[in-house]
Amino acid sequence: MLHELPVTRPAIDYGALVRDDRIHTSLYREAPIFEAEMDRIFSNVWVWVAHTSEVPEAGSFKTTFVGRQPVIVTRDRAGDLHVLLNRCRHRASIVCEPKSGKAGAFVCPYHAWSYNLDGTLRAVPRDSAYTAEFDKADYPLVSLRVEQYGGMIFATLKDDIEPLASFLGPARTWIDLFMKQGAGYGIKVAGEHTFRFRGNWKIQLENTTDAYHFPIVHKSFLTSLDDQTGEQFDILKQGGWVEDLGNGHSVMVMMPHLIDLEENLDAPIPERFAALADELALEYPPHEVKRIVRAVGGTGFNLNLFPNVACSMSFFRVLRPIAVDQTEIRHVALAMDGGPEAGNRARLRIHEYFQGPMGFGSPDDAEGWERVNRGAAAGDDLWILLNRGADATGGDVTAETGMRAAYQMWKRTMLA
Amino acid sequence: MTAHPPPLSAARIELQDAVEFIWHEADLLDARDYESWLRLWTDAGRYVIPVERDVVDYAGALNIAYDDGALREARVKRLRSGLSISAMAAARTVRTLSRFVRVRDEPGVLEVRCAQHIAEQKREHARVLAADVTYRIVRAGDRLALDLKVIQLIDSDEAQHGIGYLL
Repeated sequence: MLHELPVTRPAIDYGALVRDDRIHTSLYREAPIFEAEMDRIFSNVWVWVAHTSEVPEAGSFKTTFVGRQPVIVTRDRAGDLHVLLNRCRHRASIVCEPKSGKAGAFVCPYHAWSYNLDGTLRAVPRDSAYTAEFDKADYPLVSLRVEQYGGMIFATLKDDIEPLASFLGPARTWIDLFMKQGAGYGIKVAGEHTFRFRGNWKIQLENTTDAYHFPIVHKSFLTSLDDQTGEQFDILKQGGWVEDLGNGHSVMVMMPHLIDLEENLDAPIPERFAALADELALEYPPHEVKRIVRAVGGTGFNLNLFPNVACSMSFFRVLRPIAVDQTEIRHVALAMDGGPEAGNRARLRIHEYFQGPMGFGSPDDAEGWERVNRGAAAGDDLWILLNRGADATGGDVTAETGMRAAYQMWKRTMLA
Repeated sequence: MTAHPPPLSAARIELQDAVEFIWHEADLLDARDYESWLRLWTDAGRYVIPVERDVVDYAGALNIAYDDGALREARVKRLRSGLSISAMAAARTVRTLSRFVRVRDEPGVLEVRCAQHIAEQKREHARVLAADVTYRIVRAGDRLALDLKVIQLIDSDEAQHGIGYLL
């Protein structure tokens, strides 16, 4: 006789796993929780998909993911943005394979169903074999709701979600400040480093608002800097703070003097930018040189937007959950759109210096996160502490305020 | 300190000499003798690992590495510092280079393109990093020196894991 095996797991009490000052380790390691997150979070909130510079004109497209679902971000002939599930309505094949490019239509490689840039089904080969009821209008590529703010394009699978502007709330002010590093030219994407680590996506989400690790994990980066730059990156001594911006978003201000890049333009140019300033001075008036140089270095804050993107000092940090213990991260380099070549080259070099699989910073982060993932296998009922700076009303940059904000949003979304 | 090779010489470089130089470099990197590796370079030499394929202007593009002499020294110093957890826990590597092809053969300069396979082992995970590597080798007095090394990983435009050693 067969034993009766339990085939359903008991319901998970998500509310009990997140307390005000800690989360249960199962949030890092339990596959059923990850599956629920993909459904309840990544299908139910605004998820960042692209920057407008990646789809600059009619026909431009980019392929990416919302949670685990492949999507195409397109701009149609009228200039309107669309985010479409990258799956043919006939038999599910991916219809758009390249990472980015320009197209007049998307033609499925399997049976050549073709779709317009807005996702409508344009043509079906040999359609006489279908019954009279078959109507192409019933089979567009599935379209997500899409909205943008400050060039940041977000999409959602939830049709009745609040408008993006209200989801972002006070974070919009920080997006405006972040975009000032375009120095008046505007921002454009200038390449990206992609890397993976063996660990849960929330470890990365936390890290963008974790100043506490910086002088420890990034000591080899800090010791490689000149004295003046090293002082600037001594972020625990700059009077910074962390602020809960609502809806899981937060900002960690590490260098308060670099919040607004259009202020303090009379300050002397840092030594490390002296050569760049000299080069720019050949073509630009002194005031413009100072504005560009100040923008080249990026802002002094990390804006963490729940659940998958951060405006981190001078780049976008985008996370993609792949499995409970597998996460992909893209560090997207930004340049001044049409700005001085020398300034944009300097931005690329700054990005390469810290970021990427061989940067002076990212590999140490990744190694740290993998150790968290491996260590989290230990203990049956242990918790991840987020109680640092719980009493701080805004005075401590190492406060875990941003993590607490993200996990309270996690809890609300998982229970909704 | 980077090496200061003697003035460049115009004598032709034989492919076999270049291949032996490349194998020597590979051996230094697998042994992580990075100080000796630094001395292989010319002052103006560039160590480049592009992200995208078919890049012509590396300076105008985002790279995984785009090092001049100063940055190579800083990179080695970081890997050696004992302060980097990824460097201290770096994978073990065994690399092989073959399929050598002359790309440019001029007096005192030989450019060689070849295939590189690095077998990497770290914490029960093995992987292979395959790459096309282009070397520009120049004659510097009575020895050869490395003037350019471009490592085009086969998957440079896809996701990487952290790399705590030199390719």
